[in-house]
Amino acid sequence: MRWIYGMLLGFGLLGSPAWAEYDVHAIGDAEKGAKVFNKCKGCHQVGEGAKNRVGPHLNGVFDRAAAAVEGFKYSKGLQRAADGGLIWDLEHLDAYLENPKALVSGTRMSFRGLKKQHDRANVLAFMRAYSDDPQNIPEAAPTAVASEVELSPETLALIGDPEYGEYLSNECTTCHQKDGSDQGIPSITLWPAEDFVIAMHAYKVKVRSHPVMQMMAGRLDDEEIAALAAYFGNLE
Amino acid sequence: MTLNRRNFMGKGAAVAAASLAAPMVMADGHGGKPRVVIVGGGAGGATAARYIAKGSKGEIDVTLVEPTRQYYTCFFSNLYLGGFRDLSSIGHTYGTLASEYGVNVVHDWAVGIDRDAKTVSLAGGDTLSYDRLILSPGIDFVEGAVNGWDISAQNAMPHAYKAGSQSELLKAQIDAMPQGGTFVMVAPPNPFRCPPGPYERISMVAHTLKANNPTAKIIIADPKPKFSKQALFQEAWSNHYDGMIEWIGPDFGGGNVTVDPAAMTVDIDGEVVKADVCNVIPAMKAGRICEIAGINDGNWAPVNGHTMQSRIDENIHVLGDACAQGDMPKSGFSANSQAKVAANAVRGALTGSKVFPAKFSNTCWSLLDTDDGIKVGATYEATDEKIAKIDGFISKTGEDAALRKATYEESVGWYAGITADMFG
Ligand SMILES: Cc1cc2nc3c(=O)[nH]c(=O)nc-3n(C[C@H](O)[C@H](O)[C@H](O)COP(=O)(O)OP(=O)(O)OC[C@H]3O[C@@H](n4cnc5c(N)ncnc54)[C@H](O)[C@@H]3O)c2cc1C
Ligand code: HEC
Repeated sequence: MRWIYGMLLGFGLLGSPAWAEYDVHAIGDAEKGAKVFNKCKGCHQVGEGAKNRVGPHLNGVFDRAAAAVEGFKYSKGLQRAADGGLIWDLEHLDAYLENPKALVSGTRMSFRGLKKQHDRANVLAFMRAYSDDPQNIPEAAPTAVASEVELSPETLALIGDPEYGEYLSNECTTCHQKDGSDQGIPSITLWPAEDFVIAMHAYKVKVRSHPVMQMMAGRLDDEEIAALAAYFGNLE
Repeated sequence: MTLNRRNFMGKGAAVAAASLAAPMVMADGHGGKPRVVIVGGGAGGATAARYIAKGSKGEIDVTLVEPTRQYYTCFFSNLYLGGFRDLSSIGHTYGTLASEYGVNVVHDWAVGIDRDAKTVSLAGGDTLSYDRLILSPGIDFVEGAVNGWDISAQNAMPHAYKAGSQSELLKAQIDAMPQGGTFVMVAPPNPFRCPPGPYERISMVAHTLKANNPTAKIIIADPKPKFSKQALFQEAWSNHYDGMIEWIGPDFGGGNVTVDPAAMTVDIDGEVVKADVCNVIPAMKAGRICEIAGINDGNWAPVNGHTMQSRIDENIHVLGDACAQGDMPKSGFSANSQAKVAANAVRGALTGSKVFPAKFSNTCWSLLDTDDGIKVGATYEATDEKIAKIDGFISKTGEDAALRKATYEESVGWYAGITADMFG
């Protein structure tokens, strides 16, 4: 029955004038949207128990103000847009997903965007399911991806030394900009420590495929990775 | 945030503690803050200035000596020749280093160094004292390296191996080439700044000519039997610019070259070629100030990889292209990486801050054609003998277009990243 959310989306919101030009037919298939959402899962959770990860959880995002999830450190760019009145209605979500930086300059969402309109329509139909009536939220578990690498609890529990992390970060900031801006190399600031640590270990054991990152991570030990996570996770 | 000594005790106390930790400096008797003078505001020098100023939070007096107000990066200057960048996009100024990091930026040439008095004299007449001196002057050319060429011929036959007006000149000459004309490059012997640089340049020149002047020819006279990323470049040249580029290695006389800038001819092993544009990239040596300081061994200034200190004078650190350090290529990425190690060591020596073990890395991207990027990189560690390579990678021939495009986009991100890291 998920398609029904797509229907709601297609017809329920037609009232708003900005909406009039939108291609209604493209709104649609939440089931297909679930697949598109795989592209978001690396950073976002949605559904019951969803937590903030690299990106904020996406429950209840429709029709609320941007940058409003409690406890998530948003970029200045998105905050500025929210202060300027950005509301995540369908039109703005669509524009953001098409090209995040075009709508919100300085956003830290390191995502190229969904160029195909039907992908956006489908994923929005899918996300919509997590916004309205709570009883409509499917029972499925949150969309967290299984961890890419199995790390021992000790490794995950390591608390990094941010001062050491700051020194080590010197090697990262030749490419990754500290303020989180991203022009072809993704942002790594303000990630939850666990995501950071898992990603680095995934490069280290070459589960993730980027050669530069495999090389950089390859010579960092557990403590150094934790130190970097501690440093980048708490930048002002 | 863990409390370290500095932010826990506050600034006054930290200076007192630092003077205990570094009695030699304070014993020098000038009171006041320890002073660091940096010569050269390029990839090495600008990074060092920013990291020392940033890390010491005002405890160290940092002066950066650099003659130009606008620094044009050599990196991406080839993309300017290919029409992928305009010149202004590769120009950077020192405003943020001065206003936000408190670096004293002095636009002048360093012309003398008195290592006993620990002073640097400037062309404008001033003298600067230092506790630590950092030299990152880049390269100069070896006199007489290419028969018939000296620096006075750089307008007729530009090197464009220092970016800015030379890059502009070379581009104008390429754009003015007659249809079917000839572009000649005289490539340098090892070691030189940016090993893939000449070959990326050839790719970019070919890209421009293919669009505007498709019957033009490109000849490279090369004294080296092989060059960086050779298989990748040659694959691209035959895929994208088939028949346009001729590479003449030493086996065919590529190392036996005489140029005549007045006649615009190049004699390659007895065969005289009429050149419409001739890009002469002579053999290189450390920026002249290293020689003046008396810290060279041969053409380069040897350093200890743990701290980037000169092996001849431990009060001087040498960064980037000018130093002889071991396995790292002379690149902007390397200079930036070395600068951070030196900054950490200098702060440790002057303020007693924590010194961490040296780590280095390098990645050099090259653009072959639109959306066709490749890269080579490695990590390094300091041994007592040299900076030694640990691990590396290189793009492969036959990679798919999506990967090549992603690699190019990454290089654009790197450029934004490293220039932000240098200039703030
Ligand atoms: C065509 C080309 C392409 C390149 N592409 C890349 C690339 O893609 N990636 C990469 O990593 N590297 C690249 N490089 C290499 C890179 O530009 C250099 O390795 C890097 O700039 C070296 O940094 P440096 O600090 O040693 O010298 P520089 O960056 O050259 O800085 C030296 C500075 O010192 C100043 N100076 C010199 N003498 C004095 C003096 N006596 N007093 C005061 N100031 C002085 C100069 O004005 C200059 O600004 C390229 C180089 C070229 C030529
Ligand atoms: C690489 C990580 C990453 C990926 C992939 C990603 N996002 Fe994001 N996303 C973020 C980050 C980080 C933010 C916060 C942006 C900011 O603060 O500027 C964000 C913000 C958002 C917001 C705004 C949330 C709010 O609370 O204002 C929405 C909506 C969103 N993302 C949807 C998506 C969708 C849908 C996808 C997949 C098509 C996706 N994102 C893919 C990292 C990501």
